[in-house]
Amino acid sequence: MPEQLLERPDLPEDLVPPAPPEGLDTVLHEHDARAARADLRRQIAAMELALARLFGSAFPRKEIDFAVSGLGGPRLLSVDELERVRDGLATRIQEVKADLHDYAVVEEGNRALIERMTADPASYKWVRVYNADIGEPGCKNWHVKPRWGPLGTLMGWWRVKISSGCPLAEGPRPPE
Amino acid sequence: MSEGRHQRDPGREAEEPLPEAWEVAPEPGWIEPALAEEFPGLSLVFTVLETTTGRSPEALRERLRTLSDRIGGPQAIQLRQQPIPWAYRVFFRHIGLDPDTTRTPVEQLIFERIHDGAFKSRNRVDDALTIAMVEVGVALRAFDADRVEGRLGLRLSAEAESFEGRASPLPDGTIVVADERRPLGIIFDRTADGRGVGRGTRRVVLVAIGVRGVPDIALEEALWVAGSALGA
Repeated sequence: MPEQLLERPDLPEDLVPPAPPEGLDTVLHEHDARAARADLRRQIAAMELALARLFGSAFPRKEIDFAVSGLGGPRLLSVDELERVRDGLATRIQEVKADLHDYAVVEEGNRALIERMTADPASYKWVRVYNADIGEPGCKNWHVKPRWGPLGTLMGWWRVKISSGCPLAEGPRPPE
Repeated sequence: MSEGRHQRDPGREAEEPLPEAWEVAPEPGWIEPALAEEFPGLSLVFTVLETTTGRSPEALRERLRTLSDRIGGPQAIQLRQQPIPWAYRVFFRHIGLDPDTTRTPVEQLIFERIHDGAFKSRNRVDDALTIAMVEVGVALRAFDADRVEGRLGLRLSAEAESFEGRASPLPDGTIVVADERRPLGIIFDRTADGRGVGRGTRRVVLVAIGVRGVPDIALEEALWVAGSALGA
């Protein structure tokens, strides 16, 4: 971005920063670079913890991408490379937060739907909401079904049936 | 060793008692100054044990089964928020590795536990390392002690340095576990050919690698748990 600004010929000259005075040593000294790397590593550590907490709170929601690509190690990274790691983590944290917010909006709507289904089942015939739809683990679901099958359908005896368990495991027993 | 440690470890009751004289005696490894300056807290400790290799005894396999029952999905989800696994994840980021692609040692074990449904027994040494790493969270490695020359440490690879079992030289500046002559393994990665534990191994050097945030006592405990699991 700064390079693009500097290359724009239409910018007035007083907006372009002047070149540093002759003789001013602008080379980053090694101890400065080491301090910068240490500071970036502290930031990366804090961001890694923030991302780990988001990972824990996101469960059981799926399809949220937590990956931040590596830079081909194991080796010492330069300041630029550490900045890329830091920026990658910062971006990922923002994206995960946005994803979780989107999930939260949908899940809140589904919780409200369950309340409406419970209050007035006849208006939500055959609607089913799963635990996953409200961001909870497990197989529980709320299903609007008629009492007594076809008779209930004809008579309008609708109710919310809650199925609380996951299907039992099938197949042969595991070896002892 | 303390009596308390025996009491904390129910799986040990089924094993042969440890020799009275056995005591974990971790030796500190050396760290190249350039690495130590960049990564305060980076450390390596090791201890040498005489042991046998091959199939794990029933007591060790029973400990793995017990451990499998203690670890499940909730532990896997929360793992990266715990101090020691988090410290390794941070260090992975610092050295250019993505811990979700190249998993930290303990996360790799937990992943395999969830994937396979249990910690699968492989051999005596690997099983002992698995138990210690899952219980303590510290990264451990094992090498054939008779194929190690001098003390162990961590350093950066030299320019065009060769690595046994690898056709091309190591990239410059790769962090390696090394003895005083050659690299024995890439940190958190593969072991050089012929330097790992094999069928003919009689003496094993157990190596614990610590990073900032991992207390020294955890490294010692990991070596102790692995050593006791090996029935040293």
